[in-house]
Amino acid sequence: MTMRSHPPPIINEHQPKVVHPDRPTQTAWLSLFKRIVKNANTRYGLLWLTGGLLFCLFASDKAVLSQFQLENGTLLGGPVEIPLTVNLRQLNSITNGLAQVQEGAAAADTNEPVPYSFYIDEIEIKESLEKYFEEQANKQIFEKTLNIVCVPKARFQVIPVERCTATIEGHLEAITVLQFSPNGKLLASGSGDTTVRFWDLNTQTPFDEYGRAHRHWILCLSWAPNGKMVASSCKQGLIGLWIGATGKQHGTKLLSGHRQWINSLSWQPLHLNGSCRLLASGSKDTTIKIWDTHLFKTVFTLSGHTASVTCVKWGGQNLLYSASQDRTIKVWRTTDGVLCRTLEGHAHWVNTLALSTDYVIRTGAYEPSKERASDEYDHLDESTLQTLASERYEKVYKLFDTNGGERLVSGSDDFTLYLWKPETDKKPLARMTGHQQLINDVKFSPDTRLLASASFDKSIKLWSSRTGAFLSTLRGHVQAVYQIAWSADSRLLVSGSADSTLKVWNIEKRCLLFDLPGHADEIYAVDYSPDGQKVASGGKDKVLKLWRR
Amino acid sequence: MPQNEHIELHRKRHGRRFDHYEKQKKKEGRLPHILSKKAQTLRGIKAKLYNKRRQNEKIQMKKTIKSHEEKETKQRQEVPEGALPAYLLDREKQSRAKILSNTIKQKRKEKAGKWDVPIPKVKAVSEAEVFRVVQSGKRRKKAWKRLVTKPCFVGEGFTRKPPKYERFIRPMALRFTKAHVTHPELKATFQLPIIGVKKNPSSPLYTSLGVITKGTVLEVNVSELGMVTQGGKVVWGKYAQVTNHPENDGCINAVLLV
Repeated sequence: MTMRSHPPPIINEHQPKVVHPDRPTQTAWLSLFKRIVKNANTRYGLLWLTGGLLFCLFASDKAVLSQFQLENGTLLGGPVEIPLTVNLRQLNSITNGLAQVQEGAAAADTNEPVPYSFYIDEIEIKESLEKYFEEQANKQIFEKTLNIVCVPKARFQVIPVERCTATIEGHLEAITVLQFSPNGKLLASGSGDTTVRFWDLNTQTPFDEYGRAHRHWILCLSWAPNGKMVASSCKQGLIGLWIGATGKQHGTKLLSGHRQWINSLSWQPLHLNGSCRLLASGSKDTTIKIWDTHLFKTVFTLSGHTASVTCVKWGGQNLLYSASQDRTIKVWRTTDGVLCRTLEGHAHWVNTLALSTDYVIRTGAYEPSKERASDEYDHLDESTLQTLASERYEKVYKLFDTNGGERLVSGSDDFTLYLWKPETDKKPLARMTGHQQLINDVKFSPDTRLLASASFDKSIKLWSSRTGAFLSTLRGHVQAVYQIAWSADSRLLVSGSADSTLKVWNIEKRCLLFDLPGHADEIYAVDYSPDGQKVASGGKDKVLKLWRR
Repeated sequence: MPQNEHIELHRKRHGRRFDHYEKQKKKEGRLPHILSKKAQTLRGIKAKLYNKRRQNEKIQMKKTIKSHEEKETKQRQEVPEGALPAYLLDREKQSRAKILSNTIKQKRKEKAGKWDVPIPKVKAVSEAEVFRVVQSGKRRKKAWKRLVTKPCFVGEGFTRKPPKYERFIRPMALRFTKAHVTHPELKATFQLPIIGVKKNPSSPLYTSLGVITKGTVLEVNVSELGMVTQGGKVVWGKYAQVTNHPENDGCINAVLLV
């Protein structure tokens, strides 16, 4: 079982157990606070507050007035007086209580408490407030209200992958692309032998039927967000559609129109259209085409770039972002194919793009934290799937800002990354420098708080996605890092590199967790299944490896 | 063998028999049977010679048939080896052996002090070409002033020396401030302001005067391109080498030294 439904153990296991004979127990604290906050709005609210304050003052030596708030600025209850010796577990219960009280009856399904991590002025509180103030020697403030930002962590925890459970041969040439389906049950891979193969994860063997329609190397693969179809593109500029469950081709012909190879594919998100009809493709011939997969026709051709388009991403607000080798990123409106904005700033080719809502758009209606029956989603019709997907999308969209905002990160050959808010601004929010070689892959964590960038300088750098501040560097690879993938709870990162090893990194401790050797040659593609159970990797040695715990 | 053309003349005048073409076709149809009968009944040396000749003919026939067949069938193009993912397609990957030899070569170069420039050898420009004598004095006998005839660069705060004491005259018409610089990898050209002349390969005198000829290394202002160093600082000056003859073209074309 990779997912547990009770809160995971908090990182610092060796907390000092302070048992004061006079102090009330943890649950008593919680109920006390609940009562204080509940009654704060009543007529005798002030009395309650002061009473509570006085109680706290008498019960402990030092206390601080603090205000809990969420990342987007909404306050959780009023200012509360808490003793300095409060530890993480207690802070967690306080926050959970406050959140429940605030949401009231609406939070009916949050019976399980959510683990939180706490930040004051961007610095994390590791063990207790006391320790925090010890470390930050010059920040003793007892008169002012302390703003504590509560960041909810994923309620489930993914167990890291440790061993290779299967090495499956089947492709006759190097594997260039790999992707798990949005519900993590199916796996599709494309290779240089012009075939697209589907793999059964239960028996760890390939399907009998596999896609043979292409005539050249498969460069790009993308699952539709409803998990039913796969689009693949080849070096001749043709797009093929396949049915995921069987492996057969959808339709009889390939979509043609591009004159040179296609670098990137992106489906329209599920919350915009439940039928998964439109697909965008960016090609080396400097154009982007939007296709209708039911009618097998081109809907729009967006031209404007002057060099090869390296990456296209369909955003959640019906905007299409395209990065190109002409050093610009263009924002297009997909409803009528009009160019909205051009984001300039890079000094060399823009290689990759990443959207903060990538994970939510990829998984669509499927919620990995809730264990549902495997075929529950098959019975739901398109409109229900669309509403489920849009609920999940809205939550992530409004995470940092109550008005909502998608963030875009672009990585380039000029060794820097830019953080943009493409819906509103033409100027970047932040410029992230530090890499010493070109950046090949950028990914937002599924909870959108962190950003990881993989570069040819053998390192992976972690950045905060809200401000673009540098957090840490993960070193360990001995050759260029090609691809990275986040686990569903944002606590693990897996990276594949040219030195033929995969490495699993622990993000909370910012260190290497497992080294996964086994491939014989460079690893070109890595993917973490959206439910966090498996990792698949493939590369130049033509075998596909599946990794589990 | 007819000695004259009377047979042809007859054919032209009277035409052929009515069934001529039919008979010809039927005769051709009988040919394989006759040849096979011949092959079966021949004996001795004649048979050997005949068989050898016949074998060569058959080989030629088989080749032509095969080539016809190939033309008709749609050939599936051969898929080249060495498949690469999309992100590696436009990049030239160095083979591992080459990396080692490159590092050794780099070390050797650093020791020798030689640097890689796009145009390593340039024809030196003589003083007679660059300078023209300007005569001065009441009787136009003094010849110590020189007029620069090639494009040059003077700094922003340049003020001439008092004309009486000026030895090298740099006319305003030949002063340039901008250069058309090409980025070698991006293959894009930008018009960038010149910061200064770093080195003129013909003579250090030209470097100090700021004379720009083919092969001169200039320093240009690249803040337009938005490049950044490893430490996060913005690069605003880079070297570029002149690739044309500016005195003939009227503009300075240079290639950026990345």
